[in-house]
Amino acid sequence: MGRTSTFLLPAAVTVLAGTMPALAAWQPQKPIEFVATAGPGGGTDNLARAVQNIITKHKLTEQPIVVVNKGGGSGAEGYVYGKASAGDPYKVIFGTSNAWQQPLVSKVAFNYTDLTPIAAMAQDEFLLWVKQDAPYKNAGDYLKAAASGEFRMGGAQSKDTDEVLTRMIEKAGKVKLTYIPFKSGAETAVQLAGGHLDSHVNNPSESLGQWRGGTQRPLCVFSPKRLPQGPKVTATEGWSDVPTCVEQGLDIKQYEQPRTVWLPGKVTPEQAAFYVDLMKKVQATPEWKDYIEKTSQVDTFLTGAEFDKFIKEDLDHVKQVAGEQGWLVK
Amino acid sequence: MENLQELLHGFTIAVTVPHLVLMAVGVLLGILVGVLPGLGAPNGVSLLLPLTFGMQPVSAIILLSSMYWGALFGGSVTSILFNIPGEPSSVATTFDGYPMARDGRPTTALATAFGSAAFGALIGVILITFLASWVAQVALAFGPPEYFAVYFLAFASFVGMGGAAPIKTVVALAIGFAIAAIGIDTVSGSVRLTMGVDELVKGVSFVVAVMGLFGIGELLVAVEEEFHARAVSSKIDWREVFRAVGRLPRHALALLRSAAIGCWMGITPGGPTAASFMSYGIARRFSRRGRYFGTGEVEGIISPETADHAAGTSALLPMLSLGIPGSATAAVMMGGLMIWGLNPGPMLFVDQKDFVWGLIASMYVGNIVAVALVLLTVPVFAALMRIPFVVIAPLIVIICVVGAYSVSNSYLDVVMMLGFGIVGYLFKKLFYPLAPLVLAIVIGDKAEDAFRQSMLLSKGSLGIFFANKLVTCLIVGGIALLLLPLALQLARLLRKPAPSTGETTVQETVPEKVII
Repeated sequence: MGRTSTFLLPAAVTVLAGTMPALAAWQPQKPIEFVATAGPGGGTDNLARAVQNIITKHKLTEQPIVVVNKGGGSGAEGYVYGKASAGDPYKVIFGTSNAWQQPLVSKVAFNYTDLTPIAAMAQDEFLLWVKQDAPYKNAGDYLKAAASGEFRMGGAQSKDTDEVLTRMIEKAGKVKLTYIPFKSGAETAVQLAGGHLDSHVNNPSESLGQWRGGTQRPLCVFSPKRLPQGPKVTATEGWSDVPTCVEQGLDIKQYEQPRTVWLPGKVTPEQAAFYVDLMKKVQATPEWKDYIEKTSQVDTFLTGAEFDKFIKEDLDHVKQVAGEQGWLVK
Repeated sequence: MENLQELLHGFTIAVTVPHLVLMAVGVLLGILVGVLPGLGAPNGVSLLLPLTFGMQPVSAIILLSSMYWGALFGGSVTSILFNIPGEPSSVATTFDGYPMARDGRPTTALATAFGSAAFGALIGVILITFLASWVAQVALAFGPPEYFAVYFLAFASFVGMGGAAPIKTVVALAIGFAIAAIGIDTVSGSVRLTMGVDELVKGVSFVVAVMGLFGIGELLVAVEEEFHARAVSSKIDWREVFRAVGRLPRHALALLRSAAIGCWMGITPGGPTAASFMSYGIARRFSRRGRYFGTGEVEGIISPETADHAAGTSALLPMLSLGIPGSATAAVMMGGLMIWGLNPGPMLFVDQKDFVWGLIASMYVGNIVAVALVLLTVPVFAALMRIPFVVIAPLIVIICVVGAYSVSNSYLDVVMMLGFGIVGYLFKKLFYPLAPLVLAIVIGDKAEDAFRQSMLLSKGSLGIFFANKLVTCLIVGGIALLLLPLALQLARLLRKPAPSTGETTVQETVPEKVII
């Protein structure tokens, strides 16, 4: 196939140069497939391609890497593929928290326990966005206005992170919101710009262009402290100027979406260790810092017991929300 | 004319030797991936994407968009020669393109398609150039009810004018909607119609369905009907290429109408597929030779091709200014934009003037380069028709199998593609129309999502479809198109009630080939 030959040349160069230090006991012997559980252009796809780009550029492994998109069924396609590839250490699955959230609320043929967790590499933040010319200045005003009428809240997918957060806002703010699911965050942002919605809870990168363009603005961020100082987004404001929701009386301390990396089930601990190590090396590069800054995410690295603990806590939390809403599948 | 000045500046960026070389390379690669079905424009662009990371953003987008133009042209080649559409938007081109090629006029069919496609693209770019700011605003006015109304209009314009018995059209549509519903439902988040097959959670890919329905289905019919002597003795004549292009102005009305439909569907987010179907449907209704459509009519090629490219080109604007990708290929390019450090959105036109106007200028130049290169290849492609059927038939099977497999490297897709082949064969034998089926598979789920989102917004009231002028116009237009054939039929019956008493089988007189 033509696609492999493009990568053969740099790979051959690496082999000849013999630069690979024998750190891990296991080394890949054939091309590696990165499976993005999202369509081309989405956040998960961007992560997979950025990691591929960094690995190829810094020659972190001698094997070529191919990115494939399996975003059907809100990502279920990719996870099911991972489950079916049990024991194959040449498939790396890139996803989000929907690896454990999706099986709770819909009858998909996988669970996160079918996969081997590698790491959570970055956290995407959530913000409460309203239209630029909306009358409310802060989350308090927004909640007051929302209490009187029924507000339309948009989000990506149904019963996924956006809707879970919407239900949490309803509970914390004692309001009732009508949730309208769209295909993606980008689509939701345009719907808000057109005035078809009252608000949404997009990630920073999904609404960055719209904020700069003056069609919508963030009221608050669902994070325990303000976002790190970065370049200004609009003429006067940057991400660090957005207050936290708690500051403004909307008591949701923290809500984040981790970008997760998995191997199929039944791989050996040495194989898993190789990829943990590989991702750590990726994270140490300047290109990674650049990627994190451009996409306005938070740099984290959870692996092993820490990652497991994170999954358990998030799972308990989502189970509670989903149980209250009657979403849980038997 | 501020825009004109910007455009001239854009030309100084686009018309440089390195950029012209990039365009030619992009177009040639694009034709290649377009002609090989299953590879297709989105895959081609994503394969090329990593190579562009080190480039200037404007050079990168010129390379990728040229590849896109090339792939669009290349996609029409297989539609016309082998009845295998590589992109959803070139399905409508098969309706008349393939019969014309079979008829021994592949050169004419290809040249006509390319010529009208270039015309459509040109109109699309001109629209972008002069109405950029206005066009971006129009797209913002589209919420869920408006989206649904646009899809409804597309269905109505096509379905209301079908050549097949209305009930068969409805059956084909219903099957299409059911296929579109397979997989995860956006609005409820639950899994539908997977029948216990885990892999079906991803839904049914359009490519899989169309390769089976058209490619394999047609092959089965051909094997049964005329096994021998299927090599078409096509004369390959260079002059015919220019003659065919030269004859285009005679169909000025069809060209302009189709370009208008295409631009409208491109700006409103209906997209190229809906545009090409709608344009074909309307052309069949209003063309004087409408009843010959489906047998190899020139206007049956002009209409979908012009609309497809006009829509594809003008749809690039909402992508840049709003950040909504209009097609799978546009989505990959958007991913590229972000990696190059640009954020699609309203500020792109202010912050990145060089990039935006360089791209727009490259669309003029790139399309000219593409049409020149592609017209040169017409005789080569037309010569393919001379290969005897016994050689071509297995090749078509191979292309379809490889194409279906490469969509997501899945054997299930190959099995489904063959299954669709049998469905396609049965549809032909039983005179069921394929076009409504395909239209429902492609935009059925989008129409459904939009309808249910509207119902959530309005809490179940249909009044939302008459809530403002825009949506009311679209819905009323759709209903009118739907009822038009019925009204004409009634009017005819009222005018001369006597001539054929007891003749209830009017539809039976329609020749078999016209049912598409």
